[in-house]
Amino acid sequence: MVDYLLILVSTVLVNNFVLVQFLGLCPFMGVSSRLETAMGMSLATTFVLTLASLCSYLTYTYLLEPFGLEFLQTISFILVIAFVVQFTEMVVHKTSPLLHKVLGIFLPLITTNCAVLGVALLNIKKANGFIESILYGFGAAIGFSLVLILFAAMRERITAADVPAPFKGAAIAMISAGIMSLAFMGFTGLVAI
Amino acid sequence: MEILYVAVLILALLALVFGAVLGFAAIRFKVDGDPIVDQIDNLLPQTQCGQCGHPGCKPYAEAIANGEAINRCPPGGEATIKALADLLDLEVIPLDAEHGSEAIRTIAYIREDECIGCTKCIQACPVDAILGAAKQMHTVIVDECTGCDLCVEPCPVDCIDMLPVQVTPGSWHWQHPGHVIATSSLPLSHGTNDNA
Repeated sequence: MVDYLLILVSTVLVNNFVLVQFLGLCPFMGVSSRLETAMGMSLATTFVLTLASLCSYLTYTYLLEPFGLEFLQTISFILVIAFVVQFTEMVVHKTSPLLHKVLGIFLPLITTNCAVLGVALLNIKKANGFIESILYGFGAAIGFSLVLILFAAMRERITAADVPAPFKGAAIAMISAGIMSLAFMGFTGLVAI
Repeated sequence: MEILYVAVLILALLALVFGAVLGFAAIRFKVDGDPIVDQIDNLLPQTQCGQCGHPGCKPYAEAIANGEAINRCPPGGEATIKALADLLDLEVIPLDAEHGSEAIRTIAYIREDECIGCTKCIQACPVDAILGAAKQMHTVIVDECTGCDLCVEPCPVDCIDMLPVQVTPGSWHWQHPGHVIATSSLPLSHGTNDNA
């Protein structure tokens, strides 16, 4: 139980995927200009990452390992994740139009993100078990959501602030992201995983 | 060398299975247009009257899908609000008085000997229910008229009346139970008639 909690703390804060491991930077910069879209993206990412870590674990353990095909992990993970997300998107679109409105275009967008593939590959590298894999993916997604929503809220205030002309727009966003990353380095050593 | 064949076989198999399932899902879970807007549009009365502040029922359906209040449709009345609340999982709220009140269903009637054939009502009609040409007498296609009142205003000679819909054996239906309780004066007046 403590182990599971440690995995969550480790992925959300200490080894945050965006600010410490620098994965998934494109949605972090791309959809953080408005808080509302950032929330939609966070929900979609949480969903996809958890699902992806589950599927990739199953694929690796029951399909690749028995045949000694570990070298196929990257390509087969991409295939499996893309398939599962696309399929879920279709089902959600049909069965729950309102939920589809919230997740909307974010679902297929996040599918081939490097954070998603990164979680799948890191799970294998760390030899995580079934539950650990899912928790690792879920924690990574929560960390991503936390950072994305914090950053989007900051950027909404920055647009209203009096920024010096050379720093306006993307420049000040990059600088704030860098400072956030520095701040998250403060968590180093909190958990040893 | 053998492992190469196995790898190719497994990948091809994976791709084949996924492709088949996705192809099946594309047909099985096919969605035509924006389903929620169409579903809302089906519940609206299609009078195209514009009392909700939108140019027609479809734009209002889109606005509801984007979060507008569901109580702005007087022709639909309480029944439409209830149906919309059911569909969207919202609270039932009373009709917004700002957009008009629920009235009995009417259709337009043109007093044909007074009509001067100006075509102004034809242009105003949102559902093309008025038949006629310039300097010719106009008339209303009863089956098409939605009773939206939009043709009354532009008529220069005021020859359009809104008449209540006549109940025929084809259009008669049981009264809604809630209605009977609300208008409890109905059986009472019958009683007084009998006494007289």
